[in-house]
Amino acid sequence: MTADAPVEALEQIVRSGHVVICAGSGGVGKTTTAAVLAVEGARRGRNALVVTIDPAKRLANALGLDTLSDTPHEIDRALWGAASAPRAPSDGGPGRLSALMLDTESTFDHLVTRYAETPEQAQRILENRFYRNVAGALSGTQEYMAMEKLHELHEEGAYDLIVVDTPPTRHALDFLDAPNRITRLLDNRIFRLLMMPTRAYMKAVSAGVQRFLRIVARVVGSEVIDDVVAFLRAFEGMEDGFRERAAVVLALLSDPHTRFVLVTSPRRDAIDEAHYFAERLTETDRGVAAVVVNRVHPPFGVEQPEGLRARAETLDALSASGPAGRRRAAARLAAAYRNLADLRSIARAERDHLEGVRERIGGAPVAFVPYLDRDVHDFDSLAEVGRVLFSG
Amino acid sequence: MDARAFCSASRVVVVAGKGGVGKTTVTAALAVMAARAGLSVLVVEVEGKSGLASAFGKPELGYHEIELHPGITARFLTPDEALVEYLEDHGLSRISRRLARTGALEVVATAVPGMKDILLLGKVKQLEQDGTADLVIIDAPAAGHAVSFLLSPQGLLDAVHAGPIRKQAAEVVEMLHDPARCRVLLVTVPEETPVNELVETAYAIEDRAGVSLGPVLVNGCYPETDLPTSPAEIQELAAAADVFVSDREADDLAAAAAFRSRRGAIQAAQIERLADRLPLPQIRLPFVFAAGLRTADVELLADALEAGVGTLTPVPG
Repeated sequence: MTADAPVEALEQIVRSGHVVICAGSGGVGKTTTAAVLAVEGARRGRNALVVTIDPAKRLANALGLDTLSDTPHEIDRALWGAASAPRAPSDGGPGRLSALMLDTESTFDHLVTRYAETPEQAQRILENRFYRNVAGALSGTQEYMAMEKLHELHEEGAYDLIVVDTPPTRHALDFLDAPNRITRLLDNRIFRLLMMPTRAYMKAVSAGVQRFLRIVARVVGSEVIDDVVAFLRAFEGMEDGFRERAAVVLALLSDPHTRFVLVTSPRRDAIDEAHYFAERLTETDRGVAAVVVNRVHPPFGVEQPEGLRARAETLDALSASGPAGRRRAAARLAAAYRNLADLRSIARAERDHLEGVRERIGGAPVAFVPYLDRDVHDFDSLAEVGRVLFSG
Repeated sequence: MDARAFCSASRVVVVAGKGGVGKTTVTAALAVMAARAGLSVLVVEVEGKSGLASAFGKPELGYHEIELHPGITARFLTPDEALVEYLEDHGLSRISRRLARTGALEVVATAVPGMKDILLLGKVKQLEQDGTADLVIIDAPAAGHAVSFLLSPQGLLDAVHAGPIRKQAAEVVEMLHDPARCRVLLVTVPEETPVNELVETAYAIEDRAGVSLGPVLVNGCYPETDLPTSPAEIQELAAAADVFVSDREADDLAAAAAFRSRRGAIQAAQIERLADRLPLPQIRLPFVFAAGLRTADVELLADALEAGVGTLTPVPG
């Protein structure tokens, strides 16, 4: 399924992928990469949507995402389809580009409203304090809602390319676990017991469990337990729907049209994280379609830093004596050699860390984006990254 | 200000910043500087693996303290283990095992926002009061999370009206609000997005969480240099110094110098913008020319940190 060269692999992803998930650790340029892929897809005639989680302000502004909104918003073609990317072929006719910034709480609220049996039930849940915590603070809720939203967009079928930026967690793979985590919460034994209708609950709950609950109440306060119980009563009848939904969302992650793009920087910790993520994907029978390495230093030639440093030292010696003009020139030249040695060292260290990355992450093609002179936060700079990724 | 005074200003220092700005690097450098000044240091990791141990050539951290470097120990903290320990300390060891086994912590933690943060910060407070180390450094969760991490004790006070957890939260808030006990050091790199986020985080931490901020640590700064950026200029210098430089090498030297100058200019502009928008002293740490941290680099950064601290004026009192 994957093409060998990174350019071809990325072409294939934006031309024939349906759901594309950009994953990686924080600060490596995931959002930017997701936006670039969506823009390039649109340039190739696809109806593309980028779903972002937490974009930097200026990129959000560029994408027209000034406020959180639950619905995608289309971006004027004049902004992204311009001549700034002369190479972008558009063989399938003009495409479209939309963007959406995920709002975890309102996505969850919609879900509750949709699955509640009556509007009153929905209302009771939405007003419950425990529910507000679940919607806002449960670890993994953001990840789960990202998947939920993805599933909804996929079902609606309005977009043929959906590129998703994953939440900024240190552990890039939290979101893979998110549907499971919700299910685990629902399956928790204490939960099951509390879920029982009042009378059965009193009968089934052993003295041991009651004692347990009393102690929990003593530690965290009894209103907490009351909230949980009220929530569970209100939630009654809906949990199976949620469970099924979590299973469907999980299945979407395994769909052959879902592609994973790993995003990393050339730093060791980020590469280790990408590697770990790739292993987890492989374990669960999903493959990595491509790896994008952002912010790579240019190589600046092939010389060894040690030789360059030795050269700088020789020049230092020259700069210690002799005519002033010669001393100054030697000192300035020594500084230039030292700088080249520094940059060669980092290029070499990056190369060492990237060595074998392809093998380590299951043979996926690896694309490199060099350090750019500016922050990527407008369509011109997105196009610049696009040119690098899509023309090799 | 000398390093010892700086490191003794509060026993707890929280190092916070956006992912990828080098929080762990700064944590390591700060620990080395404090250890050199004769203080015993405990570094606490609260989120995932961070590369701290590997920077000192040690294996992954665990829940028990290990020595990373002379004078520096480190450990990992998880809410689950902190809860079990908390309950055991309060004579509830039977329930603690049960809570852990049934996974009920997830339910309780969901019911009480910030519960996990309280457990972690409560443990930190305990370490602070036990005098386990002269300096306790917390490598905080990534930026946005750092704010909610520090806000949660206050939030919990609003949500829970009784019980030991409330007492715990009140004690943590007391520690966080006392600049003589706890400070936050924010880390950023001189680039646009990280600078923007740092400014937002700084105001949120000071105004909303009420925690005092130390100087901002600007990581990854290129030292200022005036380099020849064209091959012609390189060849002129070579002629004046009476040495031979091949054309290819002149091209590499010029390209490397031009790259460095461009990045230097971007950084200078961002450092200035940060100073405009945030009235906190800055300490600049040099860019480390390596793609992964080693002990020697940490030592270099500790030198730079010490030099930066030396330029700070001590706050009277």
